[in-house]
Amino acid sequence: MLLDLSKIFGKSKSSKDFAKERLKLVLIHDRANVSPQFLEMVKGEIIKVISNYMDIDEDSLDIQMTRTKSEDGDRVVPALVANIPIKNVKSSGK
Amino acid sequence: MGEVIVITSGKGGVGKTTTTANIGAGLALQGKKVVLIDTDIGLRNLDVVMGLENRIVYDLVDVVEGTCRIKQALIKDKRFESLHLLPAAQTRDKSAVTPEQMVKLTDDLRNEFDFILVDCPAGIEQGFKNAIAGADRAIVVTTPEVSAVRDADRIIGLLEANELRNPKLLINRVRPDMVKRGDMMSIDDIIDILAIDLIGVVPDDEKIIVSTNKGEPAVTDNKSLAGEAYRNITRRILGENVPILNLESDEGFMFKIKKLFGLRAN
Repeated sequence: MLLDLSKIFGKSKSSKDFAKERLKLVLIHDRANVSPQFLEMVKGEIIKVISNYMDIDEDSLDIQMTRTKSEDGDRVVPALVANIPIKNVKSSGK
Repeated sequence: MGEVIVITSGKGGVGKTTTTANIGAGLALQGKKVVLIDTDIGLRNLDVVMGLENRIVYDLVDVVEGTCRIKQALIKDKRFESLHLLPAAQTRDKSAVTPEQMVKLTDDLRNEFDFILVDCPAGIEQGFKNAIAGADRAIVVTTPEVSAVRDADRIIGLLEANELRNPKLLINRVRPDMVKRGDMMSIDDIIDILAIDLIGVVPDDEKIIVSTNKGEPAVTDNKSLAGEAYRNITRRILGENVPILNLESDEGFMFKIKKLFGLRAN
């Protein structure tokens, strides 16, 4: 009954909408073709830039492609998440 | 000079072999000289779908290894004057053929035939590479399911990476009733995601199973909706501008039903 009501008021998403949304997302990931080498390259560049400003712990640096909720909260979007432990902030920068 | 068309999908079980058989028979019905090549070495099925399984003497591997001449391995389909099948080997594996050998084979066949249809195995490994090697055009078969569409996207990327531009999409096993109630992605949804041109839409049709049981392509069945869809696809391949069957609107669907019962002029 509840289900029927929500359908009448157009609140429930049909299953094909889920299919479409999930597909779009997984394809962003598939198409991005994020190989380990690609991530290594990104990692290398990030280390280079950040090292200008702070000492970081390169060994425990973790970077990966993942998914997260978008700003408006109702979509899931791909995201690059990096965890970069800082040992020391350089006083002058560069 | 004949044209080589590969029928591929990535995912298994979406209807590549049925599509190959029906388009092949459809082109033969239009008077074209056609040869179908089953490249699914080790898991051949085009022979049974075509109803030609009892007539195999030589196969694809025999031809590329030079055990026999091409002519000896081709099975002539007696129902369609100009339709031939080159079956896959059943006791070998995909590595028995190389892409270079496929290019040579398809080039040799171009002189004899108007169309060379290559039935590609599922997957993206050696069998896929063999199947696309000699192709000029590609038809990507998918069904309205997330797994099939995802794999189709991957295949489209791989085709383009292999210089097979502008692959055409065939959406198989569409159920208008499910699309209508929002439980199946529509044609537009799928095109929106895959962003390639459509060559045709084939409705889910029990008659496909019946015709496969008998080894007779549904394209010859005037009462089959799927058969009609395949006839339309055949004409599109020949360059005709045939509108896509409108399966989604009530009117279109009822019209088809009425047409089936001969009530077309209502």
